[in-house]
Amino acid sequence: MVSFYLNGKRATAAADPSTPLLWVIRDHLKLTGTKYGCGAGLCGACTVHVNDRAVRSCQTQLSEVEGRRVVTIEGLSRNGLHPLQKAFIAEQVPQCGYCQSGQIMKAAELLRINPKPTRAEIIEHMDGNICRCGTYNRILAAIERASKEA
Amino acid sequence: MNDMTHKGTELSRRGFLAGAGGLTFCFAFGSEGIRLLSASTAEASTAARAINPWVRIAPDGIVTIYSAGAEMGQGSMTSLPLILAEEMDADWSKVVIEFAPADADTYGYGSGNSKSMAIVGSRAVQMYYTDLRRAGAQVRKVLIANAAEKWKVAAASLKTEPGYVVNPANGQRLSYGEIAAFGTVPATLPAVSDSELKKKNEFRLIGHTVPRRDIPSKVDGTAQFAIDVQLPGMLYASVRHAPVHGSEPESWNDAKVKAMKGVVATVRLPDGVAVVADTFEHAMAARNALEIVWKKGAKAEGFDSERALAEQYAKVHDDPNANSQSLEVKGDVKAAFAGAARTFKAEYRSDYGYHAQMEPLNAVARFNASGDHLEVWDGSQAPDRCRSDVAKAVGLKLEQVTVHQCYMGGGFGRRSIGDYASEAALVAKATGKPIKLIWTREEDIAYGMFRPQSFQCLEAALDASGKVTGWRHCVVGDGGGLLTTGIRIPYYAVPNQDIELRGTSHGIRLKHWRAVGHVFNVFAIESFVDEMARAENMDPIEFRFARMSITPRARAVFERVAAMSDWKAARPEGRALGVSITERSRSLGAGVVEISLDRGTGKIRVHKVWVAVDGGTIVQPDAARANVESGIMYGLSSVLHERVTVKGGVVEQSNFHDYHVMRMSDMPEEIHVEFLDRDTHPSGIGEIGNPFIAAAVANAFFVLTGKRLRHMPFTPERVQEALKA
Repeated sequence: MVSFYLNGKRATAAADPSTPLLWVIRDHLKLTGTKYGCGAGLCGACTVHVNDRAVRSCQTQLSEVEGRRVVTIEGLSRNGLHPLQKAFIAEQVPQCGYCQSGQIMKAAELLRINPKPTRAEIIEHMDGNICRCGTYNRILAAIERASKEA
Repeated sequence: MNDMTHKGTELSRRGFLAGAGGLTFCFAFGSEGIRLLSASTAEASTAARAINPWVRIAPDGIVTIYSAGAEMGQGSMTSLPLILAEEMDADWSKVVIEFAPADADTYGYGSGNSKSMAIVGSRAVQMYYTDLRRAGAQVRKVLIANAAEKWKVAAASLKTEPGYVVNPANGQRLSYGEIAAFGTVPATLPAVSDSELKKKNEFRLIGHTVPRRDIPSKVDGTAQFAIDVQLPGMLYASVRHAPVHGSEPESWNDAKVKAMKGVVATVRLPDGVAVVADTFEHAMAARNALEIVWKKGAKAEGFDSERALAEQYAKVHDDPNANSQSLEVKGDVKAAFAGAARTFKAEYRSDYGYHAQMEPLNAVARFNASGDHLEVWDGSQAPDRCRSDVAKAVGLKLEQVTVHQCYMGGGFGRRSIGDYASEAALVAKATGKPIKLIWTREEDIAYGMFRPQSFQCLEAALDASGKVTGWRHCVVGDGGGLLTTGIRIPYYAVPNQDIELRGTSHGIRLKHWRAVGHVFNVFAIESFVDEMARAENMDPIEFRFARMSITPRARAVFERVAAMSDWKAARPEGRALGVSITERSRSLGAGVVEISLDRGTGKIRVHKVWVAVDGGTIVQPDAARANVESGIMYGLSSVLHERVTVKGGVVEQSNFHDYHVMRMSDMPEEIHVEFLDRDTHPSGIGEIGNPFIAAAVANAFFVLTGKRLRHMPFTPERVQEALKA
């Protein structure tokens, strides 16, 4: 039984220690905001925070988060009011929306370590997260907006 | 309240009708399209399908509207109810949206017996616009009639404001909710003539940007996709499909797989094997351990896509006995070529493309205890088609299947059939358990349904004045109608035309793909026009105006995009512009791109994009702009990166490391989208942004290098080959 903190609360999962964190979060702990996109660490749809760093939950084994703080899109803010979430609504960013949890979690890491990123820094940081609807221009605008308003 | 989840569609028809009082407007098809009925008439009707609700006004003022707009990010879930709300003069803040049930006879568009709910080809707003406006106007008339009766005044003297009927003579007001508490809906609803519909300057919602209703749930993780559905006692299934499209499983290491941790069952599918387990990770591990012997004889066995495209297609084109289908014949093409002062001929090719929707295909299926009713949760572009495909797969009647529509994590044409939902249903039937079946990304690619690869040959004849008077276009490939969309040129009235399809077949699964044939046909057409313009030493836009018998509507979008991009202005060293046009679902879009080239790596960079669109009335300006932006990105991705290849009958790509799609670093620095101010019927927006871009990039490349790119995608390797040519 692996124990960790999920969105501020202690969580345990009876899954095999080698189970990807993605499926532990989604299926065992029923938080489905984190998405399966590729299962190979190539698209970023499954991005969550582990001890404040963005990781690909499909490439993170359950055993690796023992005792650590895991934050998903559901725990990013109270009532969905993180500056990025507000900015993503203001810029009407999501289309299909499937990649957006991962985009927001990845962007939240950036703004924590670099509150005023340049355009080039945003692109470099976000380049691993695929959006097939191609909302990249609006993601960029929303990150810039959140950076200004935060 | 505004958050629509799959739970919304569980609202029963009966419950909707019974409600907590209020006014319910039902909905049926007549000879003139959508027709509203009162609930009492509907209830009295013997035809069960007649009692489907469409609009309900509750005494608390909440207006519930069903949306037939399947939502894959294009926004029609919001824009369809908004059209009805406009004519009804509803208070938009009090409108709740529910997905319409998967019942094409009631909620579909079309005519005669061919009703469809398929949200494909950018059609949603275009197909429903007029019917929804009339329906909204009817509801408004009923509300006014009820107020008039209560106030004992003439209905014609009353007006509406959002959510209220108002008597201008004395300032009396009744909210729609107040009317719902006492009002009645007449058995026969009042007729509405087109002249009674709002004028453009009276619109409060249409043409004004209204936030999309699905977006808040997509930034906090609460939006429900089919993959998120959880049912009590649900098991997970993972499938391994035939490596060669169309092969059937013969045998597999069943005992070994069944002995694996958590595995409950294996299920034979028509073209694969499903493993069922207690968790998805166990199902996937067991799927990976499957060793399947496949039956021989599938048509795709041994198929080599690159060789077919390089060698076979040109032979099919030249073969007088090839299977040919004429698509357009105008005038006398032979005479135009015989009398030509100058002729041109060019060939183009395009590879297979994969949808790469972010949510891998999946569905959830559950039978009732007696096994005579099936529920399916699917994000579907065509819930009616999903329902009929699933019913057929498991041997049920249509009425024994309920489809719960979910948000789609991308559709792009892949999600308009029920193949994967049928698999979930078959596994649920075989195991008697609720099943969530998820394709891995690897399955999603390898067993994909692709945009066809194609070969194009174009020829043109110019008369003594230099006008293009003869036009031949032949597309060769496998895919029938998928190859022919966008091959006609309604923007150029060239007098003599001969357009044909020459078919072959490979047994590779093929499907619609965001404007599908437009992608390679427009690439060929608009590259070819540019080649002629340059050979005639003319500006490519001037050439279209002077030599291509361009239509006034097409001329207008070129003029707009020329102004937007300052077309004739000099560009920085190493930059060049290219231009192109496309038609899609009655919209026209002309675009200009500004590119540069890294000659060392062969990498093309698109810096700026300008697009001018004539899409008729634009119902939701910001959502429409987002659709065009999305099309540009999707198009650029296919132009710069995307290719599926088949070798030895097997798809060579397996995930995003070898099927490259566009990332943020490929994004143009500037994207400018403008809509021409039009008062005409809305036309398609979702696919107007992508087909133009291949030719625009190739034409800009020619300006930079003097070389032509004739094979999509323009990968760095192909660019370098072109530079050496």
